[in-house]
Amino acid sequence: MRLYGIDVTSRLLLGTAQYPSPAILADAIRACDTQIITVSLRRETADGTGAGFWDTLRETGTYILPNTAGCHSVQEAVTTAHMAREVLGTDWIKLEVIGHSDTLQPDVFGLVEAARILCDDGFQVFPYTTDDLVVGERLLDAGCEVLMPWGAPIGSGQGLRNPDALRSMRAHFPDVPLIVDAGIGRPSDAAKAMELGMDAVLLNTAVAKAGDPAEMARAMTLAIDAGRAGYLADPIEPRDMAVPSTPLLGLAELA
Amino acid sequence: MKIIVNAQLHEVTASTLGAALPELGFTSAAIATALNGSFVSKETRDTTSLTEGDRLEILAPMQGG
Repeated sequence: MRLYGIDVTSRLLLGTAQYPSPAILADAIRACDTQIITVSLRRETADGTGAGFWDTLRETGTYILPNTAGCHSVQEAVTTAHMAREVLGTDWIKLEVIGHSDTLQPDVFGLVEAARILCDDGFQVFPYTTDDLVVGERLLDAGCEVLMPWGAPIGSGQGLRNPDALRSMRAHFPDVPLIVDAGIGRPSDAAKAMELGMDAVLLNTAVAKAGDPAEMARAMTLAIDAGRAGYLADPIEPRDMAVPSTPLLGLAELA
Repeated sequence: MKIIVNAQLHEVTASTLGAALPELGFTSAAIATALNGSFVSKETRDTTSLTEGDRLEILAPMQGG
């Protein structure tokens, strides 16, 4: 998978929030062999809490994808992106412009506007978007080279609410990396996303809040790899009626 | 003068953002700053003047999804 000129082999992007401890986060990162982890920017304390976390992340050797989580306006998201670029030294930004506090649904109008501003300014934008095709086109027009449609509301663990829409996205954007961001709950959800032809899955809550985060991270990787292999192997189409798999030719008359 | 730093009221003697940071105890390189909602780069902190009532945000990388 190629993301803004960077080749990555792992198709699991992992969020770093909500783990029981930094050590368990590190275990989860190792267990799933992810190459991309997401971080936020939050208020620093004078004792340097954030600096310590940043040092820990750098030791993982992964690519860092900062987000604009919590931003509800274009200006907030753009300002946050600039702050992230300076402090993390990357042009990558996971762009979130949130429309509703309860659903955390993307404000797709603000998203497209912010994406255009940031792409024009040299950022490499990973937009957290809906599965709407026209919005996807607008984001590509703005300069995005990756789309990150939601599977279900952030943190809900519902899985894929609208698999047909994701299938349409795959058909409509055959050459654009599509990363399902948000809503995955179980490994089977991740496998399903990959079977639909998604290029990768971004997970946080499903791993961090599992009883055993490292083991869930490993399970997700297995599911993602299985789903991807299944997609590439060209699955059969489902049909309504049974078809015998054992040949009828040579069937004995024993009645 | 009094400025608001990460939503807390602080008294500072420094007149620029660059001088205010160490005065407030922020010595880490892993911080980014915004003044009244606008990004202020590392390079321009020393030439960015502070005014009574300014809202300063000092952010760092933290856990995120």
